[in-house]
Amino acid sequence: MDEQVVVELKGIVGAENVSTALTDKITHSYDATQERHLPDVVVYAGTTAEVSRVVMLANRHRIPVLPRGAGSGFTGGTLPVKGGIVLVLTHMDRILEIDTDNLIAEVEPGVVTAELQRQVERRGLFYPPDPASREFCTLGGNVAECAGGPRCVKYGVTRDYIMGLEVVTPEGDIIRTGGRALKNVVGYDLTRLFVGSEGTLGIVTKILLRLLPRPEAKKTMLVQFETIEGAAQSVAAIIGAKIIPTTLEFLDAATIGCIRGGSGIPLEADCSAVLIIEVDGDAVTLDGQVEKILAVIRPLGILQTRIAATPQESEAIWQVRRMVSPSLRKVAPDKFNEDVVVPRSRVPDMIHALERLSAEYGVAIVNFGHAGDGNIHVNIMTDLRVDGMAGKVERLLEEIFRTVVELKGSISGEHGIGTSKARFLHTELDLQTISYMRRIKAALDPNNILNPGKIFTDRLPVPAGDAGGSEP
Amino acid sequence: MNGNKSLKDFERQIRECVKCGVCQAHCPTYKERRREGAVARGKIALAAALLDGGIGLEEQLQQDISMCLMCGSCVRSCPNRVPTHEIVGAIRRQISEHEGPSLIARGVSAMTGSRTLMKALSRGGAFLSPLLFKKIPETSGLRLRFPIPAMKDRTLPRIALRSLFDRVPEFVQGREEMPTIGFFAGCSITYAYPEIGEAMVRILNHRGYSVFLPRRQQCCGIPALSSGDGRLVEALAQTNAEAFAKRDVQSIVTACASCNGGVGEYYRTMHTDLQEFTDKVVDFSVFLQQDGLLAELEGMEKWPERLKVTYHDPCHLKIQGITREPRAFLQALPNVDFVEMENADACCGLGGTFSVSHYACSKAIGARKIPGLAESGAGMVATACPGCIMQLQDSINRAGLKMRAVHILDLLASALP
Repeated sequence: MDEQVVVELKGIVGAENVSTALTDKITHSYDATQERHLPDVVVYAGTTAEVSRVVMLANRHRIPVLPRGAGSGFTGGTLPVKGGIVLVLTHMDRILEIDTDNLIAEVEPGVVTAELQRQVERRGLFYPPDPASREFCTLGGNVAECAGGPRCVKYGVTRDYIMGLEVVTPEGDIIRTGGRALKNVVGYDLTRLFVGSEGTLGIVTKILLRLLPRPEAKKTMLVQFETIEGAAQSVAAIIGAKIIPTTLEFLDAATIGCIRGGSGIPLEADCSAVLIIEVDGDAVTLDGQVEKILAVIRPLGILQTRIAATPQESEAIWQVRRMVSPSLRKVAPDKFNEDVVVPRSRVPDMIHALERLSAEYGVAIVNFGHAGDGNIHVNIMTDLRVDGMAGKVERLLEEIFRTVVELKGSISGEHGIGTSKARFLHTELDLQTISYMRRIKAALDPNNILNPGKIFTDRLPVPAGDAGGSEP
Repeated sequence: MNGNKSLKDFERQIRECVKCGVCQAHCPTYKERRREGAVARGKIALAAALLDGGIGLEEQLQQDISMCLMCGSCVRSCPNRVPTHEIVGAIRRQISEHEGPSLIARGVSAMTGSRTLMKALSRGGAFLSPLLFKKIPETSGLRLRFPIPAMKDRTLPRIALRSLFDRVPEFVQGREEMPTIGFFAGCSITYAYPEIGEAMVRILNHRGYSVFLPRRQQCCGIPALSSGDGRLVEALAQTNAEAFAKRDVQSIVTACASCNGGVGEYYRTMHTDLQEFTDKVVDFSVFLQQDGLLAELEGMEKWPERLKVTYHDPCHLKIQGITREPRAFLQALPNVDFVEMENADACCGLGGTFSVSHYACSKAIGARKIPGLAESGAGMVATACPGCIMQLQDSINRAGLKMRAVHILDLLASALP
């Protein structure tokens, strides 16, 4: 990296917030994908003005800029695959306002999701999106990836709670989208464009969040099923009966095999699927909701139902769910975690298809996740040291994604595309649609400096006038 | 022979870090700094790069490795239980061996400039007495924690402060049929809080045990471990094991969580076989529960006037899973009304020599305990580690709270006849 650029960066954010030391390059080279790409320089920004000036400088010198929060993404969104400046936003972590009259919070992007949730809950309010990483992921990252979580069945995803943004554009301008009014049709809905854009169109520096009143109470239950069909049909049946639980989590037989014995709640020997169902709302309505759900699923082969009577018992049930990810290593050393999503009524079809593919390829597939919104975490468990396995997994992945698209689903529900899924983008989007997206990228980021190499691969045909495709 | 593990010994565990980032939610230094170099994941990435030869012991790496309390909070929450505190210890030893006095060691000497810390930690200036300081062995962790070489040869008013060894004989006879219990007191209790040690001996003796408090026992080694002085840790481990081998002791009780983490938990990880010693090491709360004292307390009638007390988890107990026993005692004590507080298990910020090398950060981490302490409504915070007591009281005074940090044994001693 040009020495002069480093000097200028230091002038913008202060010398203590700029580093070209190998140590810092290493500690900012990875995310939860475990891939590693060294940046040229690491910069910690403290204000919107600093972000803007850093981006202007980078744009002038055609240097890639990688906005980074907690670095907990699963698809490589923060990886500096083409080097450049890793721009860390964790120091922009102020909750600027919690407006209890209008149910709005204004925050900086480095605020940790769970911290905001704790603060608003103290005031009787509620911010629903609850990605599994909420205790450490940042709201800026949540916006960039449009994070989801178990509660999205009832409450929707991050997108549904973003009212407006302050964004630094790829050329360093500072713009504002949306606003505090509940209705707003002035101009294009840029807020929606930025949510889920994976840091490729702009860097979010302020976020206006919509809040809800905090539900008065909740009730959790764990239901054990004889067959996987029973559980899958239950998901469809509950939704079909027009009941929307807060969460509706699903664990398949392979998952149960991983946690059996270690879980605080005993699981029946012939249990081959589990649903964890939670309902929330006014305390008086909860028992009624639980009974309605039980009535719908009772004919579907239930072995045992446990309804938590206390917060501790509820916690014990959620502990079963939380054990899953760490326990998967027992199956095989390498894991491909794909967050596919299908329409809720197609969950049974998807589960069948996955069973068939697992048998056909001779590769273990462990499925669990947010079945209530059709978002199934498909984990291909394998050992990549086995000869030919990498190619096999690649073909299997492609087939899973094609199945998802046939069922009118999406290849990613909440993790994003990044680098991990870029090569599969075409399985869901046709070339015209991809081209339209790339033209937006090229128009807004003519020098392709913001998070280059993400979402779109270089292998696809480049549409005319698409500067975003001409890589350095 | 090198008794301490080297970085290479941790290779398998280092490779098990999946970079998920969970440690960010639990690391006290990360929460304060919000920089990747401060958190376990960053340090494990550096450890992997060191093993691969991808990086040397450059200055920024030493800085990052120094930014760790070795509290183990990350280990408890890590899906693969990567022992970052031990790995940081191994890198610090590597730094000391290859680079001479490390940044941390230099930080230790910089500590003399921090008068506030000295004042807060010195209990009314007692530590400032060179005469007193001379009583503390050269190898003691207190010297690493509070080095005051500048005052070595100066004359100061004589302060009469009797250490635990001046107050309790080496062997206290109990009932004939009862076994002898070794008491590993540690530097803080021996020299700074001898009353806690006296309470320990009195309670053990009251239960019928003979108590052996060997004079040859030395520092547990935690501060040396924290500052990367591997050779000192080895020497201390040998001396301590030998000191307690002089008598046939059934158990070796500690009343300082850090010491327990040293002579118990850490010595067990060493290549040197100290199993005969380490198998006997037990925290006082676990010992007294097994002994039956807890059950007796539970049977006692509650006093009409009780103190409202909350509990702070010392890291060195928490990481070993000892969280229930200390609370059980506080709940059972007839003179105490126990209340939980928020963030009870968050580190106090002392962290071996961390508070010396990174005083500002240590203070800020300490301050994070304050809202929980204040909202608990307790008049006292009890804990099971004199190090935590020093740091908690410092944070409390700084925040202007009216609250006292005490040892559970202080409360226990006042409840017993």
